[in-house]
Amino acid sequence: MGLKEVLKPLGAWRQIARKPHTILVPRTPREAAERYRGFHVNDLEKCIGCGTCAAVCPNEAIDMVPVEGIEPRKGDSGFRPRIDYGRCCWCGLCVDSCPTTSLRMTNEYIWVRETPDDFVYIPGYDIKGFEEKEKGYRKEKDHSFTHYQRVPMRELPPEERVESFAEVVLGYAEEEARREADRCVGCGLCIAGCPDRMHIPDYIRAIASGEYARSVNIMYENNPFAELCGKVCTRRCESYCSLGHEGDPVAIRWLKRFATERFSDLKEVIKVRKAEAKDRSVGIIGAGPGGLTAAYYLALRGYKVTVYEAMPEPGGMTMAGIPKYRFPFPSLKKQVDFILSQGVELKLNYYVDPEKFRELMDRHDAIYIGVGLMKPWTLGVPGEDHPNVIYAIDFLRKVNFNEPVEIGKKVVVIGGGDVAMDAARVSRRLKAEVIVAYRRRKVDMPADHEEIEGAEEEGVEIWEKIIPIRVEDAPEGKVKLVYGKAKMVDQGPGRRPKPVLIEGEEYELVVDRIIVAIGQQADLSFLPEDVAEKIETERGRIKVNHRQMTSYPGIFAGGDVANRVADAISAIADGLRAVKGIELYFQGEVD
Amino acid sequence: MSKEEVRLFIGPQHPGVTGNMSVEVLLRGDTITWARTHIGYLHRGFEKLMERKIFIKSFPLVCRICVPEPDTNEENFARGLEELAGIEIPERAKWIRTLVLELSRLQMFIMWYGGIAGSMGLSTPVQWGIGDRDYILDLFEELTGGRIYHIYIMPGGVRKDLPEGFEERVLKVMDMVERRLPEYDEIIMENAVVQKRLKGLAKIPKEWVDEMGLTGPVARACGFPYDVRKDHPYEAYPHLDFDVITEDGCDAWSMLLVRRREIDLSIDLIRQIIEKMPRGEFLAPLPNVLYWKIPPGETYVKSESTRGEYGFYVVTDGSDKPRRVHVNGPSFVHGITLLERLLVGQNIADVAPIMVSLQTCPPEMER
Ligand SMILES: Cc1cc2nc3c(=O)[nH]c(=O)nc-3n(C[C@H](O)[C@H](O)[C@H](O)COP(=O)(O)OP(=O)(O)OC[C@H]3O[C@@H](n4cnc5c(N)ncnc54)[C@H](O)[C@@H]3O)c2cc1C
Ligand code: SF4
Ligand code: SF4
Repeated sequence: MGLKEVLKPLGAWRQIARKPHTILVPRTPREAAERYRGFHVNDLEKCIGCGTCAAVCPNEAIDMVPVEGIEPRKGDSGFRPRIDYGRCCWCGLCVDSCPTTSLRMTNEYIWVRETPDDFVYIPGYDIKGFEEKEKGYRKEKDHSFTHYQRVPMRELPPEERVESFAEVVLGYAEEEARREADRCVGCGLCIAGCPDRMHIPDYIRAIASGEYARSVNIMYENNPFAELCGKVCTRRCESYCSLGHEGDPVAIRWLKRFATERFSDLKEVIKVRKAEAKDRSVGIIGAGPGGLTAAYYLALRGYKVTVYEAMPEPGGMTMAGIPKYRFPFPSLKKQVDFILSQGVELKLNYYVDPEKFRELMDRHDAIYIGVGLMKPWTLGVPGEDHPNVIYAIDFLRKVNFNEPVEIGKKVVVIGGGDVAMDAARVSRRLKAEVIVAYRRRKVDMPADHEEIEGAEEEGVEIWEKIIPIRVEDAPEGKVKLVYGKAKMVDQGPGRRPKPVLIEGEEYELVVDRIIVAIGQQADLSFLPEDVAEKIETERGRIKVNHRQMTSYPGIFAGGDVANRVADAISAIADGLRAVKGIELYFQGEVD
Repeated sequence: MSKEEVRLFIGPQHPGVTGNMSVEVLLRGDTITWARTHIGYLHRGFEKLMERKIFIKSFPLVCRICVPEPDTNEENFARGLEELAGIEIPERAKWIRTLVLELSRLQMFIMWYGGIAGSMGLSTPVQWGIGDRDYILDLFEELTGGRIYHIYIMPGGVRKDLPEGFEERVLKVMDMVERRLPEYDEIIMENAVVQKRLKGLAKIPKEWVDEMGLTGPVARACGFPYDVRKDHPYEAYPHLDFDVITEDGCDAWSMLLVRRREIDLSIDLIRQIIEKMPRGEFLAPLPNVLYWKIPPGETYVKSESTRGEYGFYVVTDGSDKPRRVHVNGPSFVHGITLLERLLVGQNIADVAPIMVSLQTCPPEMER
């Protein structure tokens, strides 16, 4: 050590000639980095109020609050996140978890206000001036906490499918199901989409954690046809899944199927709590899913229940309509048997006519009508009474009941809904060449897109814009469909274009059978006249109040016969609602 | 305490980088006869809080256990959970993590380098250290979206890939730091004041290293070649070429030498990482973090922080929250066990340089 060590530190003076590290803020602005985690912005149109951001926030900085101008609707809670910057630590976990990617952060970090209240606000709603900033932390879809891709469902290959009525969907393996279930963020927006308001996030989470029996018990709280729904439900819930905005919705239907299918004996899994027996009895007409649901929950509440069914098997359209490759008979039997085991009396081959109806009115304290839609709509064209013109529901019922059916080598199915797809795909399994003729375009078809794809894979041809004109006899026991083509006429914004016949052109199609599948209607001829007079109807369906009671006190109705959304889960929901209605009716609450 | 003794609180403010802590000493004249470390109301209940948070929610928390060097916490906790949950992370993620850890070490050592000078009243290097460290924080800002709390290392890997051209910018900052270092050396290492005061100061008896479990630069300054990066390599360290740095003066000057050489080593490692880093994925798919349950188990993971061996003991019980997390920060032994004994017999004017030499981070003592 010497003089050098004393003088050396003076070298620091060199620094005087250099630029400082610091800048003069705000005179010299400094933009933060591209992915800086600064103040949040939220695209309120894209946000669905799912609350995932609030759920993941480690500091409980986010409250979900109602926002003026945003109304709750299906798939949108109507709430929006409000962030308290007194709590926020700018971690961005909320951004990484947002399923719609509506929430992001800007790279804005300077924002000075006098009052602390200014730092609690709803991004995107309370305008702060940095909403337009493009830079800032964003979610990367591929590398986020959200799992956007559905675990694919395995199916039989099309060439194998048409060889038999074996179930097409093969179901998830345990690991697949748990992985799929784990995608659910638990927002619960789907519940509003389910007519029966099943506790979807709860039973899905139970599957994710391997508690299958608990999962099925949760389902049975309001749906004794969980396995049916697991196989064929129209799954409205899935279209409200928050993951569906940027990816695939959770396979709610397949998960239900997975959990319920694991148990061959429901008696061993479902823990029922049965109320004390009561001395009131309810008569239920029609053993469809709606009637049987009402029967199940009425029985659990201690009421005496008798179900009257015209057909030789219970299940309604799920027995007679839905083809077995979608809904096998053993599955139906397992579910119905469990319902009956709760003390429900079932009378089969019991067609209720006006006289019997009166008997039932004497015998029971309340009646539930769940007769469905048993009469097909007809085409209303000349020559329709040709013996080779058949109706889809009659055709499907015969196939499902193993009755002999003869459809020949080539058929045309008229219609574009799910029943038409069923008729077409069943015909393929009976080795016929199949054409589906629909009056609108393929994109307008009301059938489930999976059904349309499945039919096409199986070799069904779909003809668009076909309008039947008349039916004529054809040689060799065949039948001729004379049809015209439609042009689509725009009906203004928000309305489906209408098919209008192009006049002056006629085409012919010769086939063995014409299968008409353009819908079904209610047959209310079983009601005695005086009762029928008192029961209001609306466009062919029985009118009911919010508790499923008709305008005739003590007579309730539900399912297809009353509900315009004619699907199984709506019928189940109606049946459940009617139970509450009937109970209140017994307690003297008429409305 | 006899009548000739004076009780004095030193800190919690002092010109240096010891963090928020003070020592209570008894003085006989200028000489310390007894010392106690106080970290005041620093306890924020990190470990307890974590027991009530789902795993992912603890990441914005763990980084706060050591403000200037948060990444060790993130990395340790993430690695612990990955081990317990059986998650394999992509190769590139390991390299990016190692880059982050070394950048973190580097900026901490640069700040410390200024800080040790500050503890002796030389305030220029303190400003330099903080100023130059900021260029590394710029890199963190660009990479992670945050300057101080990065919340970047997550179970499964890292949150985002390197931005376009990031590597070149890292190298540029390395060149800049390297150009600056001789100027620091000139006013710190080659400064008569520093040499006079640090050489022979705070001499640590070698056997204390084992007895007390000293690690990091403190142990290496006593000639113990212990470095977690070498002895229990993790992340990409097995693929890096380096030697453990030791000195054997066992005093504050040796600790300074070790840390000064660590700066060079970090720069070298950062360059190696950038050269060798493989391409590919940076984040393994995780279960749904909102409901992530980890099977019962326990693990202890450790890494080399600037202060020494840093560890996380994590116990899981099959639920979605840890049953117990225990953070083992080296400052506990250095700042309490060692400091309290080392101060006895020292001059009051040396308290600050001794504290800084042991390089404490008080929040890791009381978690
Ligand atoms: C071909 C086809 C496919 C379908 N596919 C699906 C699908 O994939 N998913 C879905 O959700 N829904 C589907 N549906 C609709 C679904 O089957 C019905 O919405 C549901 O079955 C309606 O239930 P419900 O209880 O109202 O009555 P229904 O199931 O229609 O049952 C009514 C029952 O009442 C009986 N009945 C009628 N009148 C009397 C009387 N006077 N006396 C005694 N008994 C009587 C009938 O024999 C029948 O058993 C399909 C329907 C059809 C026709
Ligand atoms: S997570 Fe996204 S979509 Fe859901 S409420 Fe928050 S900001 Fe809206
Ligand atoms: S950035 Fe982090 S702390 Fe702030 S609101 Fe989002 S999740 Fe909560």
